[in-house]
Amino acid sequence: MSELTLTVMRLGFLAVLWLFVIVAVQVIRSDLFGTRVTQRGSRREAGRAQQAQRQQAPPQQRQQPAAAGRTRRNAPTKLVVSEGTLTGTTVALQGQTITLGRAHDSTIVLDDDYASSRHARIYPDRDGQWIVEDLGSTNGTYLDRSRLTTPTPIPLGAPIRIGKTVIELRK
Amino acid sequence: MSSTTNSPTHHTSTIGSIGTPSRRNTELALLVFAVAIPVFAYANVGLAINEEVPSGLLSYGLGLGLLAGVAHLVVRKFAPYADPLLLPVATLLNGLGLVAIWRLDQSKYLQRAEQAGTAAPRQLLYTAMGIALFIVVLIFLKDHRVLQRYTYISMVGAIFLLLLPLVPGLGQNIYGAKIWISVAGFSIQPGEFAKIVLAIFFAGYLMVKRDALALASRRVLGLYLPRGRDLGPIIVVWIISILILVFETDLGTSLLFFGMFVIMLYVATERTSWIVFGMLMSAAGAVGVAQFESHVQQRVQAWLDPLKEYKLSQQGVVGHSEQAMQALWAFGSGGTLGTGWGQGHSELIKFAANSDFILATFGEELGLAGIMALLLLYGLIVERGVRTALAARDPFGKLLAIGLSGAFALQVFVVAGGVMGLIPLTGMTMPFLAYGGSSVIANWALIGILIRISDTARRPAPAPASNPDAEMTQVVRPS
Repeated sequence: MSELTLTVMRLGFLAVLWLFVIVAVQVIRSDLFGTRVTQRGSRREAGRAQQAQRQQAPPQQRQQPAAAGRTRRNAPTKLVVSEGTLTGTTVALQGQTITLGRAHDSTIVLDDDYASSRHARIYPDRDGQWIVEDLGSTNGTYLDRSRLTTPTPIPLGAPIRIGKTVIELRK
Repeated sequence: MSSTTNSPTHHTSTIGSIGTPSRRNTELALLVFAVAIPVFAYANVGLAINEEVPSGLLSYGLGLGLLAGVAHLVVRKFAPYADPLLLPVATLLNGLGLVAIWRLDQSKYLQRAEQAGTAAPRQLLYTAMGIALFIVVLIFLKDHRVLQRYTYISMVGAIFLLLLPLVPGLGQNIYGAKIWISVAGFSIQPGEFAKIVLAIFFAGYLMVKRDALALASRRVLGLYLPRGRDLGPIIVVWIISILILVFETDLGTSLLFFGMFVIMLYVATERTSWIVFGMLMSAAGAVGVAQFESHVQQRVQAWLDPLKEYKLSQQGVVGHSEQAMQALWAFGSGGTLGTGWGQGHSELIKFAANSDFILATFGEELGLAGIMALLLLYGLIVERGVRTALAARDPFGKLLAIGLSGAFALQVFVVAGGVMGLIPLTGMTMPFLAYGGSSVIANWALIGILIRISDTARRPAPAPASNPDAEMTQVVRPS
């Protein structure tokens, strides 16, 4: 086998090996460079917009398409744990019910002595407004500072406190 | 379906960009690539050594491709949302290992050894067994949280596995380290399996105990000092790892288990002081044991002055080995771009050239560029493991994923560091690359568990079980 062929194969192999590494890194690109940031206002503005939308909600229930357009723009897309042992965990909101508690089959398994096994759940109502409901927990679920007694809509960015864990909805 | 969940479709269309696609097709494409690279390497070795495309090329390529394909289909069926990188990267490393082992089989020096050039077919068999175990893990382990139930059984199991090599008649003393057992003609390294079982125990244990370990502490000089009684577990694990070092005389295994515990303790409690304590304790332990254990002393000597060790070995002094120096020469002669597949002389290392010292073959034939790519591939596996831990929504899964990837990273560090002369050499094997059944099988199982956790973590939250009272719930809105 000629020297030239072997040299070409040697360098070719290294190139292919590195190509694999580069392709693999491209696959996990978002881990290295972060997710694409979409244009949005500050959180406070978003919260205000959300509140405004909520106040207008009842009349809009009749005109679904308009409401749909609105919901799409102001709806939260993820639930973020901002305090507690699970800080940083996010769950994509996709119209499913999210359960919180110490039970192993909860969507978010809380490792918190102050949480009940089935503590609370968060679900969208007919209009796509996200609702938090306490499931009869021992120590209660707090939205901002007030303890929940009834299922309550969640404003964007409002802290929901369960024991030592704080979660919030974000766009 | 309840009315609250069965919302009109426009709600689901508001899914944000973080809705995770399953990425199985990405995995398949990478997998094809990952099989093609070793086939290229195989042809390259054949052309360089025998001047012809090796006759086994087709069967070898088909074999690896078939194994990878079956593994992919099982992942597609049983863990559709799993990480797309773990399987292809592991397959590539395993394939490259097979090529390097086959290449060493071709060497005239090694054909006189007891393995007589049949290591590669055996390694392919071990790979098949490893992927079989990987498939078994994915099929039967539906949810990694089941493992949490076996916390203390895992502890007993791990201690049993670790003690096996010390059982008289079963344990084997191979070149000074007692980390093998011999069953029906097969040498098994129970430590490789103990690694996984121990990670399960640590994850279950620390999940329950971490608050006591994290919160009850005093702050001194910027470090949180744990209370004396909370030091109990770390001291017990430390004593066990020292006992391994004393009785099995294997620095690597000892370092691996203690290091894994310290990593998991740090992740569970977020206290830097554990890392400081852990490093002090392992350093003290290693130095202490090295005072009276001759096998460890000898390894340290060979590390400090490999050239002297080489000369002693050439003079025929018993108990010295020339390998450490030969490995360094292999790296040196490889240079930046290497000599090319099949054109190095790493087979001169003779014994353990295809297991402990396989990295020297890669270093010589692929050079620095190749070694860096390999280390990056290992880094990618570890990164995906840590990423899985970050994404996991349950504390047990988080700890298990970080423990398994931490153990994997430590093993790569201990072996690569040993062969390159950064730390004293130990008797462990490079995951996936090196010849050895236990290592390949156990590491495939490890990848299987990581894929299971990452599937659970990346899976969109499950559609809610129909909730009978949901329809009744009246939503009271503030007007």
